[in-house]
Amino acid sequence: MTDPLLIAGTKLDSRLFVGTAGYPNQQVLLDSLAASGASLVTVSIRRISLEGYAESLVDLLGGRYRILPNTSGCVTARDAILTAELAREALETDWVKLELIGDRETLYPDVEQLVHAADELVRKGFTVLPYCNEDPVACQKLADVGCAAVMPLGSMIGSGRGIANPAAIELICLRSPVPVVLDAGIGTASDAAFAMELGCDAVLVNTAIAKSHDPRRMAAAMRGAVEAGRLARLAGRIPERAFAEPSSPQLGLVGS
Amino acid sequence: MTRLRINGVEAEVAVTTIAELLAARGIDPKARFLAVAVNGAVVRRTEWPAAALSCGDEVEIVRPLQGG
Repeated sequence: MTDPLLIAGTKLDSRLFVGTAGYPNQQVLLDSLAASGASLVTVSIRRISLEGYAESLVDLLGGRYRILPNTSGCVTARDAILTAELAREALETDWVKLELIGDRETLYPDVEQLVHAADELVRKGFTVLPYCNEDPVACQKLADVGCAAVMPLGSMIGSGRGIANPAAIELICLRSPVPVVLDAGIGTASDAAFAMELGCDAVLVNTAIAKSHDPRRMAAAMRGAVEAGRLARLAGRIPERAFAEPSSPQLGLVGS
Repeated sequence: MTRLRINGVEAEVAVTTIAELLAARGIDPKARFLAVAVNGAVVRRTEWPAAALSCGDEVEIVRPLQGG
């Protein structure tokens, strides 16, 4: 398959990125990641529990995946930048999923702070993948300050509401000089396929897999959906028509 | 004794360097996938044995965990 995903010059074999949060247990997490075929997974950065040092998640992942640390939970640029720097130190990667939250109920990004933090992190040599809103202007600003990709939300994190504003996602994909990763709100496989059909280069899914009834099976479904959506996009769909257009030939009809 | 704020919690500890602090907390300083910041600045692990801690310092000790 000669359709590689390139982000910051790095080839990724899978266009499905998967989050590691919220699985019923570690084995289901590992099995789901395997079923997804993902090459890249996200992790958070958190204070170490001082009661004991549980087995490391990264050790569990066994070097099979590229790790993308996030700055989830950060509400200020300063905290996000420090978290990114700690992540770089802990994981020896300069890739970071930049999350800067402006509202705890909706988890919508604070775009103003996000652009500022992205700018500073790019200057510090990070490869920044920002979680952002589905606003073409915000995405352009993020690309302008040097982000390696943009990650607009489909709908609110964990909401499972799919792609609330497909026209906006399509516009962002048309205009973006960097890869577009649909991140947040995917609820089921058809949402992931739809994102790819709209022109996204990849999708990031966490809750839709982790909290489904059968995460391993949903991970496999997402894998198929991303592949199907991408193939459909490359195949070039038919236009939507206002009226019917018969498919069978119109000549030689019996009784005509 | 040094009064520090470690991961948001005030504590009095009988340590003077980051390496000593980690050891006192049962954290292997050679463990991978660990990072430390003091007063908002990351301290690289090569500096842990020498990095001095002073009264009032705010220390963050973090590691990767599940996340989306």
